[in-house]
Formats: sequence, C-alpha cells, structure tokens
Amino acid sequence: MLNYVIKRLLSTVPVLIGISLLLFFMLRMLPGDPAQVLAGQMAPPEEIETIRKQLGLDRPIYIQYASFLSRLARFDLGRSARTQNPVTEEIWARLPNTMLLAVVAITLACLFGIPAGIISAVRPYTWMDYLVTSSALFGISMPVFWLGLMLVIVFSIMLKWLPAGGTGSWQHVVLPSVTLAAFVVAFIARMTRSTMMEVLSQDYTTTARSKGLKEQVVVIKHAFRNALIPIITVVGLQFGLLLGGAVLTETVFAWPGLGRLIVDSILARDYPVIQGVILIFGLLYILVNLVVDVIYAFVDPRIRYD
Amino acid sequence: MTERVSPAACRVESQRKDSRLRRNWAKLRRNKAAVFGGILLVIYLFTALLAPVIFPGSPSAPNLIQSLEPPTAKNLLGTDELGRSILGRIIYGSRISLLIAVGVVSVGLLVGVPLGLISGYYRGKVDFGIQRATDAMLAFPGFLLALALVAVLGVGLKNTVISIGISMVPIYIRLVRGCVLSVREEVYVEAARAVGTRDLGILFRHILPNVMVPITVQTSLAMGTAILFAAGLGFLGVGVQPPTPEWGAMLGSGRVYLFNAPHVATFPGIAIFLAVLSFNLLGDGLRDALDPRFKL
Repeated sequence: MLNYVIKRLLSTVPVLIGISLLLFFMLRMLPGDPAQVLAGQMAPPEEIETIRKQLGLDRPIYIQYASFLSRLARFDLGRSARTQNPVTEEIWARLPNTMLLAVVAITLACLFGIPAGIISAVRPYTWMDYLVTSSALFGISMPVFWLGLMLVIVFSIMLKWLPAGGTGSWQHVVLPSVTLAAFVVAFIARMTRSTMMEVLSQDYTTTARSKGLKEQVVVIKHAFRNALIPIITVVGLQFGLLLGGAVLTETVFAWPGLGRLIVDSILARDYPVIQGVILIFGLLYILVNLVVDVIYAFVDPRIRYD
Repeated sequence: MTERVSPAACRVESQRKDSRLRRNWAKLRRNKAAVFGGILLVIYLFTALLAPVIFPGSPSAPNLIQSLEPPTAKNLLGTDELGRSILGRIIYGSRISLLIAVGVVSVGLLVGVPLGLISGYYRGKVDFGIQRATDAMLAFPGFLLALALVAVLGVGLKNTVISIGISMVPIYIRLVRGCVLSVREEVYVEAARAVGTRDLGILFRHILPNVMVPITVQTSLAMGTAILFAAGLGFLGVGVQPPTPEWGAMLGSGRVYLFNAPHVATFPGIAIFLAVLSFNLLGDGLRDALDPRFKL
C-alpha cells in the first residue's frame, strides 16, 4: 500500500513542474517589465527595484526559474499589488470559505446524483429514467451563474426565504452551495447511471439474481459496490469543475472566496495574487485526485498490485 | 462542463461508406432528442446568419428614455439599463456566440489534432513530451485554464477565443492519441507502410479519416462548452467587452438590476441554455449513432 502511495505521489512531480513552468512563464509572456507588473502600476521605483533583485531578472533564465521554485517551495508568493498584503495571507483568509462551499456542494451532489443515477439504471427507459437523464442534460447545458441568479430571484426576492448574498450564517450557504451542486450533480448522475447499467448486465449480477436474492440486495451489495470505482473517479474529477464553478458562483453571491479573489485580481491586474490563486487551485485539484486514487486502492485491492 | 469521447469509438471502419452513412443517418433520425437538438441548432444558426433581417437596426444604440422596461408588445423581452432591446441583443449575441464556438473548436482542432496524431503515431520521446505538457494543462480545470490565459492575454473577443481554444487543446490531444494508438496497429496502416507511403501520408490519408468519428462527436460537445465558457468569462467581465452584445456579459450587467428588473438577467440565460443544449443533444445523438458499441 505504502509503495502504491509513494508511486502515486511521484507521478504528480511532472504535473507540479508543469504548473510551476506555466506560472513562471505567465509573467514573462506579459508585455513590459515583470517587476513592474508584479509591483503594480502605482508602485514606487524602489519597490520595483527590490522585486527586480528578488526575481533576479538580470540573471540567466534557468537561475530565475530555480529561485522562483525555491520561493514557491517556501510559499513565498510576494505581495498583492492592490492591498500590499502578503499573497499567502490573502489566500488563507479566503480558502476556508471556498472549501466550505465546495464540500457542501459535492456532498449535496453525491446525495442527489448517486441515487438518481441508480434509480435511472435500475428502471431504464421508464419515465423515471427519462426524468433523470433529461434533468441531467439540462443541468449540463445550464450556465451555473444564470441558475444562481434565478434562485436569487425566486428564494430571495420573491419568497424572501434566504439571503441573496454574503456570509455569516447557514442560510447564506444554502443558495451558493445548491447552485454549485446543481452544476456537478448532472455529471455524477450520468456517470452513476452508465456504470450501474454496465454492472447490472454482468454475469455476477445475473448469478446473484438467480440465487433468489432480493432486488435491493442485488443492486446495492452486488452492483453498486462494483460500480463505486468509476463513481469515485468522477466525483474526484468533478472537484476541478467545482473550482471553476466556484469562480462564477462566488461572483453571483458575493461570497468572499478564492474564486472572487481571482476575478477581482484579474480585473485589477494584480498578478502576484493571480499566480497564487492559480497555484492553490492546481494544488487542490492534484491533492483531491491523489486522495481519490488512494481511496480506490482501499476500495479495490486489485489496483495496488497493478 | 467538458465531456470527453471514448477513444474506442474510433474502431468503426469496415463497412462500405455509403451504406454506413445511410444507417447512421437513420439511427440519428430515430433519436428524438438528437432531432430536437438539430432543430434547435438550425433555429440558432438561422438567427445568427439572418440577424440583420430579423432585427433591423443597431442592437447597441442606447435609448435611455425606455431603460429597464419590462416585456411589452413593442419590446417582447423588455429593455436593458440603456434602453436597448434585449431581444435584439440576444439575436445579435447569437452571432458572437457562434463565432466564439467556431473559433474555439478551430483552435482546438488545428493545434490538438496534429499534436495528438504525432504523439500517438511516433510514440517515444515526442509522445512523452507532448503527454507531460498535456498532463500539466489538464491539471487545471478547463474554465480555470481559460481564466488564467485571459489574465495573461487580456480581455476581448479574440483573446476569449484563443484562451478557451487553448483550454480545449489537451482534450483533443488525448482523444486523438488514444485513437491513433489503436488504429496504427491495423493491417491497412501496416500495408501502407510496407508499400513505402510516407509518414505524413499515412497520418493524414490513412489514420486521420479513421479517427474522425470521435473528433466529430467531441467537436459538437466542445462547441456547447465553448459557449458556456465564453458566457462565463463575459459574465465575470473578463470576456467580450461591451457594447458588443454577448450573452454572458448581458447577464453580468443584468445582475445589478435583479431586484427591479429581473428580466434583464433572465432571457440571455435562456438563450445560452438553448444554444448549449442544442450542441449537447446533437453530440449525444451523434455518439449514439456513430459508436457501434451503442445500440438504439
């Protein structure tokens, strides 16, 4: 097991190098002096000079990259050009908000998506199946930010049940997390349906049925457990989608998370913060998929020996 | 947002072309959802192409006297904060979204397909290099990658197309490479190699036609995704800029008037939804019709 985890950890190294290269060249692709870009338009010349020295812009590019990596390893992402606060501080202040939204949303999406997919697979080509598959297709085609706005119109403006934005209580979490969940529930339902349909047509399911087991036992104990791996995979992959969706959802609901931070930073051309948030999003995505891979090794011991 | 097509779908080359086409077309026509998607798509294309005929006049000219009017017989979908007809802007917006969708898949196809062909055909170091670069790009969820690229390239129509297009490239690379890996082992490729056909000829004349099925399906789904991504960027204010009538940007500006004029944000969203739905329905239908593993 430990070997598997180590192997899996090592496989993330090329991806991490790729992300660091992307961030490194991001600034160098911009027109103008990277030190000026990082310091912001209004920065005094001394500060620009300090940043220039820090980045080692007068030295060869591979040395610049090495010093960039060493700063990244220490989570030294510089200061925000807008607020002058350290980028790490800005990120840590907002990360819990985004994580809260993401965790509630993915939990809701699993609670609705997995049972919907199972029902749809167990009763294929019935009205229940058509309801699930067409709702899923609608969900995939719907812009998440529009759904958020429609929920605000109905639940905040017309019914006055829930706040339209902000944070502070559990009521504030409901609309943003439902919006975000609606975004991924469709993918989870579709994947659960197709995997369950495949598993339900396997010989071992027929054997379980012919042994006279109850349908519920066949579906849950025999079929669902075998369908779990692709479902876990898709939940892991949806986490990335969720981060993308969080950018839009946080904007709709004025939710003070990382998504809102990156949009504000792009509009203000605050590159140190943009770099920092992109790095954190990349790391989170890799981490979640790593955890997912380790979970499958627990769920299915065959994976460890492959 | 982004769906992927199975590379196994490319193992579809044995029957005669015309009979196969006819059978696939019949399968597609039997699929009611795909037909509905096709009808929606035709309406969308006609709206985009005939926008000046359907809505004469400028969709961007302000008329402050009639700002934020609710839907009336004169302005069927009401007006926005500058008194412009929302219907007119949605009609002209279909041109922008179509332009973006076509532009985005062109970038994805032109860059992703050749790289996928090379990666799968030559294997070895070239494959390793291309695949690791693809891994790094896929480490970022598509929309975030497009957002990061916009941060570098800047806002506007051209940069929106380039950013979203680049975010689609790794998906095409993976898809085409997966197909090429199985197709390159086929007897007809070996035969072409044996008679001395050059690599370029093998790649484009023998391999590419055999991986067109998954590429076609992916392209239909990718066009829907492109419209959604572009609308998302527009909504955030980092996509196509005003006064260009872009659906996402229209929604973004309508957000401010949600309390007193909810119609401003409602209708552009329905337009985005229907356009994306048409591509998704057609993409799903094409996959079902062209993928032999699926029987209707």
